Amino acid sequence: MIKKLAARVRQYKKQAIATPLFMVGEVAMEALIPLIMAWLVDRGIEQGQMSSIFLYGGALLVTAMLSLFSGTAAGRMAAVSSSGFARNLRHDLYYAIQDFSFSNIDKFSTSSIITRLTTDVTNVQNSFQMILRMAVRAPLTLLFSIIMALTINARISMVFLIALPFLGFGIYWIMSRTHPIFRRVFKTYDKLNNVVQENLRGIRVVKSFVREDYEVRKFNGISDTIYKDFVHAEKNIAFMGPLMMTCIYTCTLIIGWLGAKAIIASGNNPDLGMTTGQLMSLITYVIQILSSLMMVSMVFLMITMSRASAQRIVEILDETSDITSPENGVKEIPDGSVDFDHVHFSYASRSERDTLSDIDLHIPSGSVIGILGGTGSGKSSLVQLIPRLYDVSSGSVRVGGRDVREYDLTALREAVAMGLQKNELFSGTIKENLRWGNENATDEEIMEACRLAQADSFIQDFADRYDYRIEQGGSNVSGGPKQRLCIARALLKKPKILILDDSTSAVDTRTDALIRAGFRSYIPDTTKIIIAQRVSSVMDADQIIVLDNGAVADAGSHEELLARCAIYRDVYESQTKGEDSHE
Amino acid sequence: MSEKKQAPKAVVAGGGFRGPRAMGPRQPVDKKALKRLLAYLKPFWPRLIIVLLCIVVNAFATASAATFLGAVIDDHIVPLLASGSQDFSGLVAAILRMAALFALAIVAVFTQGRIMAVVSQRVLRSVRDEMFAHMQTLPIRYFDTNTYGDVMSHYTNDTDTLRQMVSQVLPQSLSSLITLVVVFISMLGCSVWLTLLVILSTLFMIRVTAKIGGGSARYFISQQTSLANLNGFVEEMINGQKVVKVFNHEPQAKEDFDRKNDELCDNATEANKLGNILGPVNNNLGHLQYVLLAIVGGALAIAGTPNLSLSGMGTLTLGNIAAFLTLSRNFMQPISQMTQQINFIAMALAGASRIFSLMDEPSEQDNGYVRLVNAKTVNGELTESEERTGLWAWKHPHSADGSITYTRLQGDVVMEHVDFGYVPDKTVLHDISLYARPGQKVAFVGATGAGKTTITNLINRFYDIADGKIRYDGININKIHKPDLRRSLGVVLQDVNLFTGTVMDNIRYGKLDATDEECIAAAKLANAHDFITRLPDGYQTVLKGDGSGLSQGQRQLISIARAAVADPPVMILDEATSSIDTRTEALVQQGMDKLMQGRTVFVIAHRLSTVQNSDVIMVLDHGHIIERGSHDQLIAEKGQYYQLYTGAFELE
Repeated sequence: MIKKLAARVRQYKKQAIATPLFMVGEVAMEALIPLIMAWLVDRGIEQGQMSSIFLYGGALLVTAMLSLFSGTAAGRMAAVSSSGFARNLRHDLYYAIQDFSFSNIDKFSTSSIITRLTTDVTNVQNSFQMILRMAVRAPLTLLFSIIMALTINARISMVFLIALPFLGFGIYWIMSRTHPIFRRVFKTYDKLNNVVQENLRGIRVVKSFVREDYEVRKFNGISDTIYKDFVHAEKNIAFMGPLMMTCIYTCTLIIGWLGAKAIIASGNNPDLGMTTGQLMSLITYVIQILSSLMMVSMVFLMITMSRASAQRIVEILDETSDITSPENGVKEIPDGSVDFDHVHFSYASRSERDTLSDIDLHIPSGSVIGILGGTGSGKSSLVQLIPRLYDVSSGSVRVGGRDVREYDLTALREAVAMGLQKNELFSGTIKENLRWGNENATDEEIMEACRLAQADSFIQDFADRYDYRIEQGGSNVSGGPKQRLCIARALLKKPKILILDDSTSAVDTRTDALIRAGFRSYIPDTTKIIIAQRVSSVMDADQIIVLDNGAVADAGSHEELLARCAIYRDVYESQTKGEDSHE
Repeated sequence: MSEKKQAPKAVVAGGGFRGPRAMGPRQPVDKKALKRLLAYLKPFWPRLIIVLLCIVVNAFATASAATFLGAVIDDHIVPLLASGSQDFSGLVAAILRMAALFALAIVAVFTQGRIMAVVSQRVLRSVRDEMFAHMQTLPIRYFDTNTYGDVMSHYTNDTDTLRQMVSQVLPQSLSSLITLVVVFISMLGCSVWLTLLVILSTLFMIRVTAKIGGGSARYFISQQTSLANLNGFVEEMINGQKVVKVFNHEPQAKEDFDRKNDELCDNATEANKLGNILGPVNNNLGHLQYVLLAIVGGALAIAGTPNLSLSGMGTLTLGNIAAFLTLSRNFMQPISQMTQQINFIAMALAGASRIFSLMDEPSEQDNGYVRLVNAKTVNGELTESEERTGLWAWKHPHSADGSITYTRLQGDVVMEHVDFGYVPDKTVLHDISLYARPGQKVAFVGATGAGKTTITNLINRFYDIADGKIRYDGININKIHKPDLRRSLGVVLQDVNLFTGTVMDNIRYGKLDATDEECIAAAKLANAHDFITRLPDGYQTVLKGDGSGLSQGQRQLISIARAAVADPPVMILDEATSSIDTRTEALVQQGMDKLMQGRTVFVIAHRLSTVQNSDVIMVLDHGHIIERGSHDQLIAEKGQYYQLYTGAFELE
């Protein structure tokens, strides 16, 4: 895991390595400064020597400058590399997600992806910075202090060896208790994010049903879980300080006692035992040893907290897309013919029964195909196989005579335009949204597509016309216009195959007919597959496929089906009955 | 049609309602935020006093630990050395006394840690809960104009910044402050002149800190803003990820992401750079001060300047200066500790300002005083009832004479000369007058942007009208308590939103105390029962991600069941069946007809088959009602409706 994360430092490696190096400089100066200060007092002030004061004062200033330089340099480098590291992490996460297939996307919830991209990355970033700044500093101070302590009095300084296992075990105990809690906390964060997201997206439902209080209760429940977990974790962490203090204070007292005895036994003779001065320094060093251990433990604490986050990040980085573009995939799609060869399909998550079973269809290039079927009969699932949004369970789907799995994925999707059932527009101007279909579309092309999709007229009604700003999710455009914009967007791709998945449900019959007429003149060679509820939308198709329960119930022209297909006749009659009685 | 150009539903108050956003690193630090944040600590004052005591004990122990050895040497070792005695009892006693103090300090630190864990998390919880509760009161406009991800960021990224601040920074700063005071008094006891010098240099240090810290604070604010920005982008993109894939839009999506990511990285880098150098800068300014003190002190002592101290006038001895220098180092330590905390404070304040600005968003206005109550008839008079009677009444207190009248809830809706625009200058609805008698079915037909959805948005007061009146059972809806008004209206919207939970939970959303049987009955009414029972776990199937496993039509059926279980006297169906196939719709329709019996219903639909059995059909065009009447009347009139119906004409 660490390897995987560390690889993400990339272009900031220089700074990441420089940070601890500059830290060495700062630590060295910090070790030197007390020494110079002592000289300043001993040789300057105590002696009343102005010249010595200036000398050591000057020396102190120089070391201070050096310390300042290396300290700020280390700080800046740490900032650059840790922020950069976070940037790379987010970058890699987001790019990984872009390569996800539909089923990968279904697996992670939006809210969880968001937490991972922000909160989790921030946690890892913070500990990375902490590690950079402490990684060298703490061990170096530790080493330096141990050496000094040992040279003063090896026997007495052994005391800290007693403290060491105690401290180590204590830290281990605390961390092993807190890690699972943090792991849990972040999952709860996902839930919190999810509740807020659903609340925001469904605010009209919440307000219509006056469910504000209910939502608040739901939120408070999760908020309370987070509260309890964090309190639990922090209460465990609260052992850290006392643990440290117990070690330091016990050592101080024992050393004080042993030191005093040694001094008195030796008569304050450095050769026989130790002196009072030595005792003073010894204590200082032992405290330094323990506090650098404390720093190390703080680093461990941060790591504990971010370990949970790091795991969550790696989960995404490790997720391999189950639909990948083949190597050297075919880039050229010869024509818009589509063949389904005994296709079976089921969503992995709902494997109880096949969503589609034994579909065998052959659609010639340039034809118009209508698909009808009841709610949940598998219409959307069927067409999603064409641009390889999902892969078949068995059988094969061929486009232009070739299995879709042989094509380069981008090329395939470039050739297949699809209006999804759940149409999404994005925040941005109308033009920006339409250019999703073709980045380089000229204004004329955009307007032409909109005229064909019968969108131009209402766009002209907007004050800013094509520069009218669409709010997030297209919330400020109602159903019909949204669908027409989505069709225009798909048209701009000039695709070989155009799939409209119930894309005109909110458009009135006449407009619907105009749009279809536009298709015939604008993209005659494109295979058009139209899923619709209205018979009128598919009536004039070359072939109408009637789906029922994931299987093809019948296929044929309007007249043929009317003659022999009961389902089709039913649908047709239910829709025309009213009109007949009035005309 | 009309020569006037209107913007449809659309022109939602562009940006006017966006929360105040921090723009660039120019944003000053919000000092009020700190005050408000601290106010959250108030309820915990008894515990905080204990914490304060703990801090004092600990500060005292820390100070004693520093002088412990000196005292041992001076009071015990030196005399013992001088006397050559082996009597360690005094030393043992001193060590034991110290051990007791240390033990006390350890207990104090532990207590403080445990208390602060609870206090800080409680503060965070109340901030979160309050923020969410407040958000529920905000008007629809707020949600129209803020990206969801940005709002979500308040609950995670911004609240997170407060954690460290409350649990660690506050106690540590307090402890530093106490140490500072103690050392300051000792310094005065040593030499007033030199103390003045320390004060001067400390003031300088504070200025430097304020400058650097202020700079870093600004960048921290920008960091939180760009983090929210990124959050907003990611939320929108991931939500529409399938469209991204279908359009091969990944490269563009990546490019946009990179831009936002870089911006966040830049702000984070600058903020941390400044934050990180504070420590070294202050440490070394401390060293500078040390040298300055040594030189000035030395010069004063050598010149034999009289010394002023708390203990009176005397001469400044070299020993004084040596002691003072040690003190000055002890003085610098807490100061540099405090400056290191500035990072966290700056970040926390950045988060806090964003949180408080959400909390300061004005709530939806509701001056309604007419309440919906359970009623029963006593002696032919309607009176309030404690129990659920199935009969509802509007309780209308009259301030003029203090009397209360009860009006039976029937679902009589009247609009009189209503004008409305989402933004002040752009009227979307013009002079709309209509009535719906209890039990009537009123349909709105018209082209895109004609204002159909807008009318229904006004009835449940998602937006308030500019001019005219809307009466509900004869009462001006402005007088009706909003939650009660909305409770009496069932709405099925075009865009279905489901919540994470079981199918049953989602249906029960319409009426929280509905039994399973009621929910199933509602599902049967909506013709959703069949497909629900075919789901892996039937009604207990858990829906995730807005019911992403279901088809659009299935989701609409659930949302109809949800409204059905609520059993309201008035229903608004806004394209409620647009994604349901017509065969199913015909079945749903039977259920709906049953459902609509005795209810006032407003229907919006493109499918004319959905609306033709309405009592009255309103044909809207560009915010005007251009035709009204029953299906037969309108067909007979051979006007727009007729043309629309026969497919000969489109209202545009």
